[in-house]
Amino acid sequence: MTTTTGTSVELRIPSRLGFEKVPMDTAASVARLMGFPPERIEDLKTAVAEACINAIEHGNHLNEKLSVVVVLSATADELEVKVVDNGTGIEKPPSKPDIDRKVHGEEDPRGMGMFLIQALVDEAEWVHDSKGNASYVRLVIRLDKEIELDKESE
Amino acid sequence: MQAETKTTVDRTSGTSGASIAVLRFSGDISSTSKDSVLGAWQSVNGTGPVLLDFSKVDYINSSGIALIIQMLMEADKTGRKVAAFGLTPHFQKVFTMVGIAKYAGLYKDEPTATASL
Repeated sequence: MTTTTGTSVELRIPSRLGFEKVPMDTAASVARLMGFPPERIEDLKTAVAEACINAIEHGNHLNEKLSVVVVLSATADELEVKVVDNGTGIEKPPSKPDIDRKVHGEEDPRGMGMFLIQALVDEAEWVHDSKGNASYVRLVIRLDKEIELDKESE
Repeated sequence: MQAETKTTVDRTSGTSGASIAVLRFSGDISSTSKDSVLGAWQSVNGTGPVLLDFSKVDYINSSGIALIIQMLMEADKTGRKVAAFGLTPHFQKVFTMVGIAKYAGLYKDEPTATASL
C-alpha cells in the first residue's frame, strides 16, 4: 500500500454541474491508496459528489466564474474532505427527508443530498460564513483498522 | 462531464402473462436526465406494472433520485406497481436509505423483479 499519511490533495473545479465527478474520483483514488474497502469508497464517492453539487448549486449559484475548492487530507486512519464555496452556508442541516410526503406531493422530491452526506460518512460538519467568503462542508471517513487487519490476515 | 442518459422502453410478460413496461436506463441519472427519464415514463402511460432497469447506469446523484421519486409519485396516483433491478449494492443501500424501497421493490435481476409484479 502507498504511504498516504500527511498527504494533502487540493482541487479547484468550476461551478458547473458534472464537474463534481472530478473530486469524487480523486477522493476515491486517495481512499483506495489508504486501504479503504470498496463499499466505504462508494459511500465516500456519493458524499463528496453531493457536497460538491451543493457547493456548485447553492453556494456558488452555478456561477462558473467562481470555483469550488476541494481539499483532501489523509492521516493514518482517516480521510478528511473539505468542500469550500463562496456562499454563506447553512446554519444547520435540514431535517431528514420524508419519502411518504415526497411521494404524495407534500414535499419537494429533491433535497436528499445533505441527508445522504450525513448518512454515508463518519462525520459531517457544515461551517457557514455570513460574509460569503469561505463556507465549507467537512467530511471525514475513518479506517476501521481492526476490520482491515482481519481482512489482510485472511 | 455528465454522461448522457439513454432510456429505452421495452415490454415483457409477467408470470400471469400480463404486459409489463420496462424502462432501461444507461449512463448517468442526474439533473440533465429529466427529459429522458420522465419522457420515457410518460410514454408508458396506463396503469400496468413498470420495471426499472438500472443495470447499465454508472452514476446516480440526488437530482437523479428526485426524478425516480417523481416517477413513483405518478405511479402512486394510479396505483401502478413498480420494481427495480440492476442496482449496484451501494445504490441498493442508498435507495433503501432514502425510502425508495418502500414504493418500489428492489431486486438483483430482471427475472426476480418480473416475478414480483
